[in-house]
Amino acid sequence: MSETLLEVTGLAKHYPVRKGLIVAKQVGTVRAVDGVSFSVSRGETLALVGESGCGKSTTARLVLRLIEPSAGSIRFEGVDVTRITGAAQRAMRRRMQIVFQDPYASLNPRLTVAETIAEPMLVHGIGDAAARRKRVEELLSLVGLRAFHAQRYPHEFSGGQRQRIGIARALSVQPDLVVCDEPVSALDVSIQAQVVNLLKDLQRRFGLAYLFIAHDLAVVKHVADRVAVMYLGQIVEIGDKRSLFASPRHPYTRALLSAIPHPDPERRGQVKPLGGDLPSPLNPPPGCRFHTRCPFAQERCRREVPELRRLGPGHDAACHFAETLPPAGLDFTGGLSENAAKRLALYAKARAA
Amino acid sequence: MSEDLLRIEGLRTVFRTHGGEVTAVDGVDLSVPRGRTLGIVGESGCGKSVLSLSIMRLVAHPGRIAAGRVLLEGRDLVGLSSAEMRQVRGSQVAMIFQEPMTSLNPVHTVGFQITEAMRAHDPRASATELRERAIEALNRVRIPSPDRRFDEYPHQLSGGMRQRVMIAMALACRPKLLIADEPTTALDVTVQAQILDLLRDLQAETGMSIILITHDLGVVAEMADEVAVMYAGRVVERAEAGAIFGDPMHPYTLGLLGSVPRLDEERETLLAIDGSVPPPFALPKGCRFHPRCPFAAAECKSDQPPLREVVSGHSAACLRAPVEAFAA
Repeated sequence: MSETLLEVTGLAKHYPVRKGLIVAKQVGTVRAVDGVSFSVSRGETLALVGESGCGKSTTARLVLRLIEPSAGSIRFEGVDVTRITGAAQRAMRRRMQIVFQDPYASLNPRLTVAETIAEPMLVHGIGDAAARRKRVEELLSLVGLRAFHAQRYPHEFSGGQRQRIGIARALSVQPDLVVCDEPVSALDVSIQAQVVNLLKDLQRRFGLAYLFIAHDLAVVKHVADRVAVMYLGQIVEIGDKRSLFASPRHPYTRALLSAIPHPDPERRGQVKPLGGDLPSPLNPPPGCRFHTRCPFAQERCRREVPELRRLGPGHDAACHFAETLPPAGLDFTGGLSENAAKRLALYAKARAA
Repeated sequence: MSEDLLRIEGLRTVFRTHGGEVTAVDGVDLSVPRGRTLGIVGESGCGKSVLSLSIMRLVAHPGRIAAGRVLLEGRDLVGLSSAEMRQVRGSQVAMIFQEPMTSLNPVHTVGFQITEAMRAHDPRASATELRERAIEALNRVRIPSPDRRFDEYPHQLSGGMRQRVMIAMALACRPKLLIADEPTTALDVTVQAQILDLLRDLQAETGMSIILITHDLGVVAEMADEVAVMYAGRVVERAEAGAIFGDPMHPYTLGLLGSVPRLDEERETLLAIDGSVPPPFALPKGCRFHPRCPFAAAECKSDQPPLREVVSGHSAACLRAPVEAFAA
């Protein structure tokens, strides 16, 4: 049952850069997203990861057509959504919803929680007032809020609760795909865990597909089925989570993974920083875009653009030398100490009781 | 045996509000040995930033330090006049903040801002001399072509570069203690790794002590020698870094460890902590963690547990630590 829900092919977004006061001449192009292809199956989570400026949020907005692509196609159940308009587009939009990063900025402070959650239903003309009220109550309990919260305003809630409201709003119209744009990055760890658990639980119950935008690879490892790593507007590696984390093939994926500090002081000093800064998307390096920071770069990388190619089952990477790179040397074994694991088990048991 | 550079004793910082006085930091005892790093972990609202501002004596009205001592090499900073305190800031204790963009002044050049502290502490230094020292400071934080960066403005720098400039400013007068308040939270992980690396190198070069405030357990594990876990204005657990992660005692520390998704382990659901941190004007009676604690018993609701040594060198403020001793 891996029915393709969303298929994105050659997606690009280029922003012209203009200069000049009276006659604005185009002096360059920012290639925010530059030829991205991927697909998301029904009920699946695809994570888009990368550092700021890699184009992951732009990709999310393109998929929802909140901004218009410069090139490429976005097919939702086979229908190219870049070409539809009017009622057909509205109908499509009901099925693709978004949860934003900042729970403080993404809720209207003048609307009550009930109005916020009911608004998408109102826009799409779903149900009458009584039915919507009932649905709001249902949604509130679904995301772990209480019925009396319905008449309150966003400022009365904490960050985690607001994110729950945002999730309830997205689910109000029963979408098939939810784009989660860094949904937990702004939250404290304990709250982040609550929201991650909620998202996974809702996915199981309603068969939702997620396009999950994130920069935290540990969170991604926990929520995703497949992962796409972006660098300067392009996907450099995409694959099943297990295979990608077990044997990352692109040097950038490896660099990202080895930059994460483990919550384990015994493995201190294994973090290997990647040299240099992200080049400007206004003037990306020729050849492989990563060559300016890549420890394995050779002459060919400076000249020739590497294509994304198949390296294993469901695992593609865009590196000329993916086969001949030395072993990644990433050690993800270890886990919790015996004492910590024992007490955490007690914690889980006591919490469930 | 390293002696303590900084000792905090019974520090209490309060804020006056319409609803009466609220206590943001409540009876904190901590010490930082020379040349070592103390990590302070906790979530938003646990009082970790107010604690660091209290050490710098930067708590603004309506907040004030109500009780306790902050001893830097035996000298109590709480009693100093503002003029004396100005001599301490920068030259003895310096601070870097989370947001490198908002803590740099956008209308002044990088060079002007770095030399500002030098001018304040050494008004007779000449412009050429200051420039040289600033360029040396930029060099020390590994900024490429520092003589060019000296004349640039903050907006011309990347986030990582700005944080390097902040560090250069903080270290310009060679302080003995650096307080880093979430120094890498706003940065990408590869840049974070660069900055942590830099802080470690600089500590080895200068022998300074660091107080590292963060919510990221990975960063703490990577950097800290000792760790204090804070919750609702109090230190709830304190030990060497190895013991905090290897032998966590307090249920809140356990909850944090369970909440963090790990690369080295996969669980179907994360072990979250229920509820959220109480605001300082509505603190629960007894142990402040008890409404969220799965092990809470009747006595936890009435008695505030003191920070006590459970095993040697490892203290926890929990009546039921270690938890297995009480679990049925």
